[in-house]
Amino acid sequence: MEPAIETRHVTRILQEAVPVTLVKDINLKIAPGEFVSVTGPSGSGKSSLLYLLGLLDVPTEGEVLIDGQSTAGLERAELAALRLEKLGFVFQFHFLLPEFSVAQNVMLPMQRLGRLSEKEIKERAAELLDYFEIGEQGTKRPDQLSGGQRQRVAIARALANNPKIILADEPTGNLDTKNSDIVRDIFVRLARDEGMTVVAVTHDTDFADAADRNVHLVDGMVARS
Amino acid sequence: MLFSRVNFQIAFAHLLNRRRQSLVSVLGVALGVGFFIGTSSLMQGSENDFVSRLVDSQPHITVKDEFREPARQPLFTIFQEGAVALKGVKPREYLRGIKNYKGKLEQLEAIEGVIAAPGLSGASIVRYGGEERNVSILGIDPDVEPRLTTIEEDMREGSLDALKTTADGIVIGKGLSDRLHLNMGDLASVIAPSGNVVLMKVVGIFRAGNILLDEGQAYVLLKDAQVLFNKPNIADRLRIKLPDPNTALEFSRQLEQRWDYKAESWQEVNEDILGLFVVRNAILYSIVSAIMIVASFGIFNIISTVVMEKRRDIAILMSMGFRARDIRAIFLIQGFVVGIIGMLTGWGVGIGLISTLASIEFDVEGLIDAQGFPLDYGFTQFVIAGIFALASAVLAAWLPAHRASQVRPVDIIRGAA
Repeated sequence: MEPAIETRHVTRILQEAVPVTLVKDINLKIAPGEFVSVTGPSGSGKSSLLYLLGLLDVPTEGEVLIDGQSTAGLERAELAALRLEKLGFVFQFHFLLPEFSVAQNVMLPMQRLGRLSEKEIKERAAELLDYFEIGEQGTKRPDQLSGGQRQRVAIARALANNPKIILADEPTGNLDTKNSDIVRDIFVRLARDEGMTVVAVTHDTDFADAADRNVHLVDGMVARS
Repeated sequence: MLFSRVNFQIAFAHLLNRRRQSLVSVLGVALGVGFFIGTSSLMQGSENDFVSRLVDSQPHITVKDEFREPARQPLFTIFQEGAVALKGVKPREYLRGIKNYKGKLEQLEAIEGVIAAPGLSGASIVRYGGEERNVSILGIDPDVEPRLTTIEEDMREGSLDALKTTADGIVIGKGLSDRLHLNMGDLASVIAPSGNVVLMKVVGIFRAGNILLDEGQAYVLLKDAQVLFNKPNIADRLRIKLPDPNTALEFSRQLEQRWDYKAESWQEVNEDILGLFVVRNAILYSIVSAIMIVASFGIFNIISTVVMEKRRDIAILMSMGFRARDIRAIFLIQGFVVGIIGMLTGWGVGIGLISTLASIEFDVEGLIDAQGFPLDYGFTQFVIAGIFALASAVLAAWLPAHRASQVRPVDIIRGAA
């Protein structure tokens, strides 16, 4: 079976006064439905790798393949289209848009994609919020929610367009133990029950242990996989 | 798709989230638009008023018994290349006047809508009660004159028609009447350069609102003028009114080519004044552009601030799959919306200004009489102001919008995490 994500000799160097190598010669194959945690000390290139997998950044060398399709040489707009349809992001901070209600935040990616009618979009947003047991919070503004609730809204937003791949950058980094457990369980459920490919950067050892596989980075290189 | 609903939603959310700043930038545009409409209505109004006074109060074209080029001496025609000098030449004295003016009049009147009348003008002195004034006398046809000029509307006492019924009647201006204490029915001596003195009876007093005319112009019958100036059966000018005043320049050139006589259109006579209007309009538009530039700085400012504040949101929208051009559209829409609302509010301000100005009444006496502001309610100013407002709003939004579209989400997200 085609890997959901594959990297071939991916290297990313920041061209600054003194060039900084973020990641070096990364070769990974992540199968569909696999839950992979990425760990490593600070500055080991975990987040940089995630941004490369998420097509937010472009490798200096090598290529990233999504669903077997190479993304090398694609225009920014084409990368955006791939992100819109196939990828969902969850960050350490919820990054919800403060002007919009919780439900509207979840609706935005669907409206951008424009594949569903406005009514269907509303229904799907409500379903997603229900799924994460925050259905009754839909009309509230993000700042009226607790940290854990906000992170669940962010996950619901990442799932809005039913992507195949969820990329998470320290999704529990800002949460207390109880909420961390909830969020971790959600990711496990997404991989096991919904068959989604999940790649999560984490410091949280419980979180890392819950994954099918752990990729450990040191100095921008894969130390253990 | 670029201006899709979701982009509009986000743009509106940004604007509504900063209601006060949005309002201020809308007001900036609105004031610019409003003042533009107010001042240009005033400017255009006074220009139209002035031009229509010019056009209505005078014949559109006057053909005079003059030539643009002085007659060439035959000597110079014969020896075109030669070094010839001619000294002490005395101009031939010839009887001035337009040759066969009646035939020319018939030609003119044959053209649809053209009104033409002969005239004979000359300098004279009007003496009454020991006082004298230089007055230009114009011999006219009272039947045609009202269609050539607005003189009949300006009559304060008596009428032009009285010239026909009174022997040696004269119509004078109010200014002259005041200076010489010369009133209706009084007999004044009119002295021509030829030495003729005719006692003339005042049968009408007009007030054109133009001091030059009111103090220095008088009208008599053409026939009486011919007697006064010793020029029997002579007219020294043909005064012409056209159906469309704008064709006067072209028509006057044709006439001049055909008859050789100097034909002056109203545009030519008033070239300097019309030139002033061009300068005045240029000043108006530069002032308004300045207002608009200030207003667009306001827009630039608010959208730049939004872009700075929303960098994180921009990054997250991009990570969701919003393209760079969606982001640019979101901020351009904001400029556009501010421009549209500013334009509409500005139209309201403009209408308010115009109606306020229109309600002010005052009397100015001078070269031209005015009662209140002459205003122009033209649709054009609204359109021009609208285009100005929208263009400057979108231009002002372009730079920050473009900068927003260049945000690299990784830089923002990495920094925030």
